Amino acid sequence: MIHLYKLNGYDIAIDQNSGAIHVLDEDTARVLACFDAETGEMEGTPEENGLEGIEGLDDILSDIEELKEDGKLFSPDIFRPMAGDLKEKQSVLKAMCLHVAHACNMDCGYCFAGKGEYHGDAGLMSYETGKKAIDYLVENSPGRRNLEVDFFGGEPLLNWQVVKDLVAYGRSIEKEAGKNFRFTLTTNGLLVDDDVIEFSNREMSNVVLSLDGCRETNDRMRKTKDGGGTYDLIVDKFKRFADARGEKEYYMRGTYTKYDLRFTDELLHMADLGFRELSMEPVVAPPEADYALSVGDAPVLTEEYEKLALAMIERRRQGRPFEFYHYMVDLEGGPCIAKRISGCGVGTEYIAVTPEGDIYPCHQFVGEKDFIMGNLDEGITRPEVRQMFRSCNIYSHEECGDCFAKLYCSGGCAANAYHSTGRVDGVYELGCILHKKRIECAVMMKACEADDAARAVEE
Amino acid sequence: RIKTLRECQTCQSASKTSSSVVNQKC
Repeated sequence: MIHLYKLNGYDIAIDQNSGAIHVLDEDTARVLACFDAETGEMEGTPEENGLEGIEGLDDILSDIEELKEDGKLFSPDIFRPMAGDLKEKQSVLKAMCLHVAHACNMDCGYCFAGKGEYHGDAGLMSYETGKKAIDYLVENSPGRRNLEVDFFGGEPLLNWQVVKDLVAYGRSIEKEAGKNFRFTLTTNGLLVDDDVIEFSNREMSNVVLSLDGCRETNDRMRKTKDGGGTYDLIVDKFKRFADARGEKEYYMRGTYTKYDLRFTDELLHMADLGFRELSMEPVVAPPEADYALSVGDAPVLTEEYEKLALAMIERRRQGRPFEFYHYMVDLEGGPCIAKRISGCGVGTEYIAVTPEGDIYPCHQFVGEKDFIMGNLDEGITRPEVRQMFRSCNIYSHEECGDCFAKLYCSGGCAANAYHSTGRVDGVYELGCILHKKRIECAVMMKACEADDAARAVEE
Repeated sequence: RIKTLRECQTCQSASKTSSSVVNQKC
């Protein structure tokens, strides 16, 4: 299969299975469009396709045949058999979302976690439970060296001392256990202070800082407990935090809703504040919520992703670039094929642990009793839940069969799929549309960057 | 006419909602 598209003046062909990317001139794009995307054969004759007037048509057809022979165009799917092997493999744990606080000091209108309490009782994780969780991760990750622990909530800084103590505990056992912990922190910023910044910059391999954009946009949804805005309370703290990160990773992480579909301006605002690593995600919401996104929003949103790509190209040329998480795509390497087939590891390599020690497939299933997998004392008591996720891969999604983006998105988010279709192996239609557009934009930006680099050499 | 322009971190980094495997580092 190939995917042909035109964006920002570039005619681009993505070869689905090999991952080869080709930039075409207009005539070649016209010729290639006459080929059956699946079989790689021209449908009809060149004359029947109205191609006889194209100068150098024979050369174009010859180039296409050469790329086919090289496995860079219409390449076969050699990965499908691996999906079965992966499904049968015993999953090994690798990452844990540690819910150290089911409580929050904000009152965000769109919080999927029910104001941080996950539709249950508010509570903070004890050090003993957290320690047990880290031990569980170590014991259930044979063969894995790198282990990820994300301190999550609610707002994890409400339980900051426990976070620090758990990091210290992890560091105290990692050498003997033959492990390397990569700790991360997701915070709303209200409680960020010098201690949080200094400790995080020493111990957290990444921090995710929640901000939706400019004051008006951010404060529409991200409010204090008494209904006030939060922008003025957190922006200066985040700037200090980000500036102090040095070479270590951080991400400003925004959420867009039905009320602010034009998210490019919000990202540019964050870039103007000096933030360089940005992420912006569509809201997760029940479909009946007034701020929920729907497939009807797709035309505006896809246009917005294109607008963002053009703005980023312009800023790069002006010498003030910034990174957007979804446009950071490694076209030549990136994750191994097994990861691309099996996806994020929900319920198999990745679990979430609540303050009480209950185990869920991921943070987005926490509080949904049908998906509880077990607890830290007894381990996995419902293996059928884990099996449900083990069976999930891009080849179990019927809708993904001939999609050019399947080896980029890995089938999408199981939680989003479940909440929109009732099936963990379903497809969240809007997420799918947006992911494809992001890939198209990211590839176009690479083409543009290569063009600019070639031009600079010529000059 | 045609210019050809293909230990990991298991949605931990920046995107808590989209599981962008492709953005992971391997």
